[in-house]
Amino acid sequence: MRWLLKMAWRDGRASGKKLFLFMASIILGIAAVVAIQSFSDSLKSNISSQSRSLMGADYIIDSSQPPNERVLEIMDSLGGARAKEINFASMALFPKNGTTKLVRVRGISEGFPFYGELETQPADAGERFRSEEAALVDATVMLQYGIVPGDSVKVGELTFPIAGALKSVPGGSALSSTVAPPVLLPYRFIEQTGLIQQGSRLDYEYYFLSRPETDLEQFDKVLNPILSAEGADLDTHLATSRGLGRRYENFGRFLNLVAFIALLLGCVGIASSIHIYMQEKLPAVAVLKCLGASRRQTFFIYLIQIALMGLLGGMIGTGIGLLLQQSFPILLAEFLPVTLEVRISPGAVLMGLLLGLVMSVLFALLPLMSTLYVSPLQVLRIQERNDTNGKASLLVILAIVLLVFLFSLLLLDNWRYALSFVGAIVVTFSALAGIARLFMKGIKRFFPSGWGFCARQSLLNLFRPRNQTMTMVLAVGVGTFLISTLYFTKDILLAKASIADTSRSPNLILLDVQSGQQEAVAGAITPKGLPVIDNIPIVTMRVHSIKGRPINEIRKDTTSRVGRWVMSHEFRTTYRDSMIGSEAITEGEWVGSVLPDTRPVPISVAENFAFDARVQTGDEVTFNVQGVLLDTKIASIREVDWGRMQLNFSIVFPEGVLEKAPQFHVFTTKVPNEKASANLQQDLVRQFPNISIIDLRQMLTLVEGILNKISWVINFMAFFSIVTGIIVLIGAVRTSKYQRIRESVLLRTIGARGRQILRITALEYLYLGVLGSLSGILLSLASSQLLAGLVFETAFVPSYVPFLVLFPGITLLVLLIGLGNSRSVLNSPPLEVLRKEVG
Amino acid sequence: MAKILNVSNLEKSYKSGSRHLKVLHDISFSIEEKETFSIVGPSGSGKTTLLGLCAGLDGADSGRIALCGQDLGSLTEDERALLRNHKVGFIFQDYQLLPTLTALENVSVPLELQGVKGATESARKLLVKVGLGDRVHHYPSQLSGGEQQRVALARAFSNQPAILFADEPTGNLDEETGEKVVELLFELNREAGTTLVIVTHDLELAKKTGRILRLKGGRVLQKEHSPLL
Repeated sequence: MRWLLKMAWRDGRASGKKLFLFMASIILGIAAVVAIQSFSDSLKSNISSQSRSLMGADYIIDSSQPPNERVLEIMDSLGGARAKEINFASMALFPKNGTTKLVRVRGISEGFPFYGELETQPADAGERFRSEEAALVDATVMLQYGIVPGDSVKVGELTFPIAGALKSVPGGSALSSTVAPPVLLPYRFIEQTGLIQQGSRLDYEYYFLSRPETDLEQFDKVLNPILSAEGADLDTHLATSRGLGRRYENFGRFLNLVAFIALLLGCVGIASSIHIYMQEKLPAVAVLKCLGASRRQTFFIYLIQIALMGLLGGMIGTGIGLLLQQSFPILLAEFLPVTLEVRISPGAVLMGLLLGLVMSVLFALLPLMSTLYVSPLQVLRIQERNDTNGKASLLVILAIVLLVFLFSLLLLDNWRYALSFVGAIVVTFSALAGIARLFMKGIKRFFPSGWGFCARQSLLNLFRPRNQTMTMVLAVGVGTFLISTLYFTKDILLAKASIADTSRSPNLILLDVQSGQQEAVAGAITPKGLPVIDNIPIVTMRVHSIKGRPINEIRKDTTSRVGRWVMSHEFRTTYRDSMIGSEAITEGEWVGSVLPDTRPVPISVAENFAFDARVQTGDEVTFNVQGVLLDTKIASIREVDWGRMQLNFSIVFPEGVLEKAPQFHVFTTKVPNEKASANLQQDLVRQFPNISIIDLRQMLTLVEGILNKISWVINFMAFFSIVTGIIVLIGAVRTSKYQRIRESVLLRTIGARGRQILRITALEYLYLGVLGSLSGILLSLASSQLLAGLVFETAFVPSYVPFLVLFPGITLLVLLIGLGNSRSVLNSPPLEVLRKEVG
Repeated sequence: MAKILNVSNLEKSYKSGSRHLKVLHDISFSIEEKETFSIVGPSGSGKTTLLGLCAGLDGADSGRIALCGQDLGSLTEDERALLRNHKVGFIFQDYQLLPTLTALENVSVPLELQGVKGATESARKLLVKVGLGDRVHHYPSQLSGGEQQRVALARAFSNQPAILFADEPTGNLDEETGEKVVELLFELNREAGTTLVIVTHDLELAKKTGRILRLKGGRVLQKEHSPLL
């Protein structure tokens, strides 16, 4: 072993620079993986250490209806709630400039939060607002609408002075407050706003502190089922932070996959560079065998070199990764739920080192195996074909696929996703390799003999022995594929969220219109020349029994697989005579209208309801419609496209039955522009403070904004793939430099001019750039179309960016890298080049 | 005297494209310990192939080779490597020094492979003996052809081989340097008492050995004693 290490060192000493360049290709990939992993671990531990501050209490009991006797009893037995909250979405009006905004009104009693704090500007506003009978308004909204502390906000019937700007509050998430930012009011004024009425979607929350000896996990397990049976819910700070941690972990996992692709790309670079490296080493291997070294000894000399370099690459990559993670709190500030203290995660460090070692060794194994089959006869100038072992090569390839799968499994924690990811990687890499191979075969077969000397010579370079076409196409192709896929995916998501711009498609939705307000609301809309497109009645109800079994019985049945939400959810149902665009019948028949006394009522349910309630067409479900039991039968099951920005329902009744039930309404209209929208919203909020208004165009802008922020983060990660691609490219160009120099020198010796050699080199890299980037973009377009068609079921218009910016940009980059690295070949006289590079 | 190399009815062919090319036909001869022996013949006569087979660098199609009392046909590739490491020395026309190792390291490799302690010291002494005491830390690319061949000579004798195979040892050298290298080769050989097998097309060099085997077209043309003996 000592001799092997000594020989590895002796041999590697002379090839250090080359070996380091190979390893450079995995450094960035490892850095990206380590940075994300370490950051995710930090975030997880931060969330868990700040879990009480995130919730503001030890646990919450919440319900979407006023708690019943039993729930009140339970809460009393727990010592009573320390603080109470009622929250709901509503419109807020700022009288200073007449602007309106959909907000989440949170009426909070004294004491809250018990952990963490209300971060406000001025700092004492959080302390004062309850005693001063004032409001706290989300800081971004205040900035956006030009409101300052001291101005006022009107919520429902009441107008409050604004005590300060709210920067952060326990219990709020960054994304949900983007849609409906919080406005905090003293609890005692909530009733007086007049917004607690029929159809209001309210959340009642009760904050508790636990005794130090309480085992919250056990407490949750025992109490939650009891509360759930009463339509309430228990959330402990532990469970909530776990859930939050999981959400961020998922995003982290996704980013980690992007980073992992960069690493894989680097590994392809290693495999290709080591292949060329080993070709150069084979004569030395033959000599060593001649002198008596065994196959295993010669193999291990180079394996040790690669392993040490891989470990070094892993160490450098890990170091860079740990530095890089320091920038993440700034990069991801808008998405983070906690103030983040970045720590070094030992797990991530170990992962980085192992990845460097294992990935480089594994990807170098195939070319390394050539040492096993080289014959010592080569030293006698007898060129015998080296035998290779197909079975061993196959085993190595399988080991690589297995390792990639296992690592993806570690990242994704779901074998199906991991398998799909590996499948996608194999398909992408194989497709690009196939394109490269096909291209080489194609030009060989249909070689354009009529072309000029330079063009022909550059084409020849693409399929000569030891060519770099495959590596180049893979490096350029995978990088381009990644970036353009990011663009196309964003296009798909936006296409999915956008509203078709037809005259019948609404863009303003009015929620919570009471039955008595219908005419007046319509009267406020139509005089402005705007249409009332829909007037959708909403009737709230709960499930009482399924297939004759009351839900109280189902709840007690531990074998029942009926979803819990089905039993506790307050359903907002509607009735109409026809289906809408986002629906399609998958089972049974649509019933449009029935006579008022028809029982059971034939209804239509969405697929998710049918699945979770374990019902099929023909099954009976009884609903409790605000105290009245109503028997229904599933007449049809619908597939509903919930992603579309329109009002969709799980349960739809036919016309004729619910017309007399207590109900409220949703109006929709279409406004031509932002000004008309603001104008209508101000009028409506003044006249009908209970109505909430959603401007779909604003929502779309919000969605676009969020997507832009996310894609910026993803782009940042994809950047690692691009730079890795560039390093692999430089590595490929440099490893083939020796061969190029010899060719160039030969050409120059027989009289080729410098300009001709420049043209040959430039054309070669131009072909490679065009082939690699175009294949990457087209492959990405094809996969995005598949994704859009099969997963998102939507058509999308691809961005022009990949075609107009990426394609020429990356081609130019390849050309520059190629020419830049061949400068010495082009500029020096033949003899000098020979002496410098060969001697 | 005991026979160190015994070749009988040796046949070898190589695949060239789709057809088999027979390189050696029914070759038989033997060499005794401490004997000097040369194989001569024109280019393509199969002399280098014969040398490679005798040194166990490849397997024969048929026939038998016994080297240092061991039947090469019955050994695995690694066993043959072990035999070479302990009993065989090599000198090649193009020196075949490891380019990434210094002269000293090149010479010590065979001893290190055996696990001999003090390999570096022994190697240094050998380099001094071949007149390269001041070039021990030079890389092959920093040495002239003659110097490289002298390093190769030192390496060939470093493991105190029982038999030394030299393939056109002066083929890449000018006449004067070639003569000096040959002189050194024979001198070291005499001192070490090694059996020497030289493959060459240089008849003057062949005549310096005790016996000559003439090959043509892969067949033995003539076995003769050198006129010098």
